Amino acid sequence: MDKGNMKRREFFKISSVAGGGLLLGFSWMTSCKQAKVKAPAAVAEALEMPKQWYEMNAYLKIGENGVVTIYSQNPEIGQNVKTSMPMIVAEELDVDWKNVLVEQAGLNSKAFERQVAGGSQSIRQGWETLRKAGATARQMLITAAASQWEVDPKDCYTENGLIIGPEQKRLSYGDVASAAAELEVPEEVQLKDPKDFKIIGQGKGNVDIDGIITGKPLFGLDTKREGMLYACVVRPPAFGQKLDSFEDSEARKLTGVKDVIRFGDKIAVLADSTYSAMKACRFIEPKYEQDKPAESSIDHDKELKALLEKPATEHKRNDGNTDKAFKEADQVVTRVYEAPFLPHNCLEPMNFFADATGEKVIMHGPIQTPAWARSRAAKILERDESEIEVSMTRMGGGFGRRLYGDFSDEAVEISSLAKAPVQLVFSREDDMTAGTYRPASKYKLEAAIKDDKIVGYRMREAAINRNMFDAIAHFFPAGAIPNLQVSVMKHDSNISTGAWRAPYTNFLAFAEQSFFDELAEIMEVDEVQLRMDLLEQAKEPAEKDEKIEYSPARMQDCIRLVADKAGWGKKGASVHQGISAYYSHNTHVAEVAEVEILDGVPTVKKVYCAVDCGIVINPKGAINQIEGGIIDGIGHAMYGDFSFDKGKPSASNFHSYRLIRNQEAPDIEVYFVKSNIAPTGLGEPSLPPAGGAVANALYKATGKRFYKQPFVKETSILG
Amino acid sequence: MPLYQLTVNNKSLKVEADEDTPLLWVLRDHLNLAGTKYGCGVGQCGACTVHLDGKATRSCLLPISALKAEVTTIEGLSENGDHPVQQAWKEHDVPQCGYCQAGQMMTAASLLKQNPHPSDAEIKEAMNGNICRCGTYLRINQAVKTASKP
Repeated sequence: MDKGNMKRREFFKISSVAGGGLLLGFSWMTSCKQAKVKAPAAVAEALEMPKQWYEMNAYLKIGENGVVTIYSQNPEIGQNVKTSMPMIVAEELDVDWKNVLVEQAGLNSKAFERQVAGGSQSIRQGWETLRKAGATARQMLITAAASQWEVDPKDCYTENGLIIGPEQKRLSYGDVASAAAELEVPEEVQLKDPKDFKIIGQGKGNVDIDGIITGKPLFGLDTKREGMLYACVVRPPAFGQKLDSFEDSEARKLTGVKDVIRFGDKIAVLADSTYSAMKACRFIEPKYEQDKPAESSIDHDKELKALLEKPATEHKRNDGNTDKAFKEADQVVTRVYEAPFLPHNCLEPMNFFADATGEKVIMHGPIQTPAWARSRAAKILERDESEIEVSMTRMGGGFGRRLYGDFSDEAVEISSLAKAPVQLVFSREDDMTAGTYRPASKYKLEAAIKDDKIVGYRMREAAINRNMFDAIAHFFPAGAIPNLQVSVMKHDSNISTGAWRAPYTNFLAFAEQSFFDELAEIMEVDEVQLRMDLLEQAKEPAEKDEKIEYSPARMQDCIRLVADKAGWGKKGASVHQGISAYYSHNTHVAEVAEVEILDGVPTVKKVYCAVDCGIVINPKGAINQIEGGIIDGIGHAMYGDFSFDKGKPSASNFHSYRLIRNQEAPDIEVYFVKSNIAPTGLGEPSLPPAGGAVANALYKATGKRFYKQPFVKETSILG
Repeated sequence: MPLYQLTVNNKSLKVEADEDTPLLWVLRDHLNLAGTKYGCGVGQCGACTVHLDGKATRSCLLPISALKAEVTTIEGLSENGDHPVQQAWKEHDVPQCGYCQAGQMMTAASLLKQNPHPSDAEIKEAMNGNICRCGTYLRINQAVKTASKP
């Protein structure tokens, strides 16, 4: 893209669609009250709600008193984009952050290019557009002021919400917002030099913090609308079953129950409260019949193991001649790594509001993919997409689960059948047993060693339902080893599977980084040194190979930084360190985990982490994401255990599914590689390396290698 | 349906509900106090933590008919969001998704009432019953520490 060249069509005036009417579920009063709490007394007056707003473009509007509202286009699942994306707009607009209000934008495909929370892509893909959105408005404000002063815009500049002209003339953005909003959108705008950034790079607090700490109804499950009924759904308890018939007379007798409706193989219970709907579901007596195979994880294990040994049918990458390299090797090392299914367990269970009764269909709730949800709703209801309005709430976690709008589909369908506005609620049991799981998978990794060098590498993936994204095959060690083959096989299953935070790499990184640790031991080289050497070898091939997107040099920087901060190899005998480095979602991360034996139990005490994500937009939020990703990664590597027996999930609530808890979270230190490169995302990249770093540290502490997750199931020593 | 008289956030209220309705759902659906969250319904995650006579309790397991104490929810922890725990949560920018944080703060406030200056180990132990799926545990502990300072 031609940098600095503003694309007019992106920012043409869309006041009619970008105004208050779009912002379903929010009111200006709410936002202003929040802003008042947030603002110190001295500036409280400046933050009064403006009497008049002037739309500058789809991303922002300015009040006559200089208050700015920035719309956050992407869904907020806890990755903090509702703070970091508006920071980018505010930076280029050149306003004081304390005079900025942020509003969640609803789904508006005309105004916004991408409204998705997924793949850690919000910041990376939004960067240019968000900067231009702010810079364009700033340019228009300058032009309006210059015109009022009858001077050349080139003789004016801005500073913190003021336009400053010749002879120190001053106008605030609010003074000229009305005139600026009428101007032609400029063809080209000047973006700031990163060294002049005043907001980007500063730690800014979560824009919803006041609402969160006082318990405001920000989440999907908090939705209340006039005339709304609560719906809970009875679904087949095992995959492969379908509904034959059901008895609902007892359920219908319960207080508050309004209706019981069959749709497909499910039964919706509608009631006037959540508890009545949940309770009534237990009084439904369904009969199921087996429709598809009743699958069990022990059978999946056998199938996947067999696939690891079959001749490869699909190569994702094939360099040099692996057969020859393995035939001529001094030594071949082969290891198999095994991952279970995992549920997402967002703490806010799936839920969604839909009202399909009116001229406009209203959809409101927590979803990572609102446009996709709308298009499916249009099909379900046989309505035009233009008749469907979608707005997003804050979400109690996403982790990939809310990419799949099975719950929004259900809400739409139930509302249509019940002819009522409906808030669909999953119980925790529904959430855990009607999931879209991280598919179980196995990896066979093989290395051919000759003359103390790794000359050949094979990776075979066998996974349930879907194989790795193509790009992953070109991650490390692609480029570092001349004869390299990545092949994939899959086993089709009727268990619903999908993306789970850092899909594929959430486990593959553990497998690979454990494997290289073992190779270092076999080759008798330091684990850090082996990685640095391999990355050195990858530099030239990576330059020439367009498919290789990771940067060996940036990864080396991360490893160097983390090794330095962790005092690699310099800790006493009681501290056992393990390293892991992994590139994913366009961000480079290296981690050192430290295990100590406490009361006889190997315990992860500390993790050091170095990250290269380019420019860090909001260090406060960034560090939070990185800490969370590491803790999530460790938690699922250690404890995450989920399987199926004849189609039935092994766990249904937190008494039978272990999530990492406060006392198990290690201390974490986070460091960023200083960079002026365009930013990349942080919602996922710190998770993949965590499992490997811990496994490698546990090996040093205990002498036990881990090949399977969860680790606690592999040994009793972990407590 | 039976009528129950209860005191929530210093207000005396009457609620008509089935006797087995958990306090959680009375708060959320009947009284429009949605700050208290549903996470598991079986007392495992702590998202629904409220105070009963000042003590942290899981509201998802308590039937309204068994309620004998005054209830405080996150909405009533302070009048203006300025309880030391709330202020510390803001200072440390604790939340990611934010969903579990009301329960975390109610647990923390109850801890500090009973033990105004807890050690790091005591903080972790007291907070261990509250799940944060995003993994903000380190900030939670730092915020409790800050709130415990005079």
